[in-house]
Amino acid sequence: MTGAKVLLMMGCPEVPIQTSIALYLSHKLASLGFDVTVAGTGAATKLLRVSDSDSYYVKKLVNLDKTLEAIIEDREDFDICFAFMHNDAGMTYAATMSSVSKARMYSIVFGRNAEDLAETVEFDCEKIVAKGAHNPAQLKNKLDKVVEGIVK
Amino acid sequence: MSCIEQMKYEILLNKTTYKDAREYIKENSDEVYYVPPGYKIFNDYHIIGVPPIALGVKGSALIFTYTKPCYGSFVLTIDNEDSIKEIDRLREKEKEKVTASLKKGKPPESSKKPSGSFLDMWKK
Repeated sequence: MTGAKVLLMMGCPEVPIQTSIALYLSHKLASLGFDVTVAGTGAATKLLRVSDSDSYYVKKLVNLDKTLEAIIEDREDFDICFAFMHNDAGMTYAATMSSVSKARMYSIVFGRNAEDLAETVEFDCEKIVAKGAHNPAQLKNKLDKVVEGIVK
Repeated sequence: MSCIEQMKYEILLNKTTYKDAREYIKENSDEVYYVPPGYKIFNDYHIIGVPPIALGVKGSALIFTYTKPCYGSFVLTIDNEDSIKEIDRLREKEKEKVTASLKKGKPPESSKKPSGSFLDMWKK
């Protein structure tokens, strides 16, 4: 899988663990040889850029809507996509991605209503569900196992 | 920012779930058409949504969903020359679908009166 193109799709950054997990996952995957792009809303990308001002953890940071548009118009695509979601809108964006891209989908469902939200995910994907909103440890541990499975 | 936000629109339903937005369109439109996610309307807006994406028609107004990551899904309506063009395009596509079905010898499926669940329809 080395060199495979991975997209991390960030939604609304209201729940704190999204930013820390995006930084962590981006760096982990890049260290393993994946070509990682992180896409987010305006606010989500600003949070990430300030946290990682030298682009050490996130090399490619792009706008979520423009990236989806490029995929829809067949100008770009990815092999793997991790879609962050803590609300219905995040799930809606991920469902769109699942429909327009050939990427293997992983839904990262987090926040206080993670379990209920996970039940609304009907598209084909692997769900990584953790109830946390402030403590990223549980989600990090689950993602470590998923990444381990991908690189096997 | 999509051109939608610069157009003269009316909000019919506010900050809801995608599923509820779709139900609203189904219940409050004279005609309903189903398109895949990413379907482009008004030149540059690719619709974000859980398939099947419902587009409603009421008179000369187009009714559609608009999803914002931090606020949820909205049902918007636009009634102008552009909406009339979009409605004509949808009707034309529907006609093409029916013609294609007839050529294959299958009975045409009308999207105007949906039967069964949305998911069942999408799987067809």
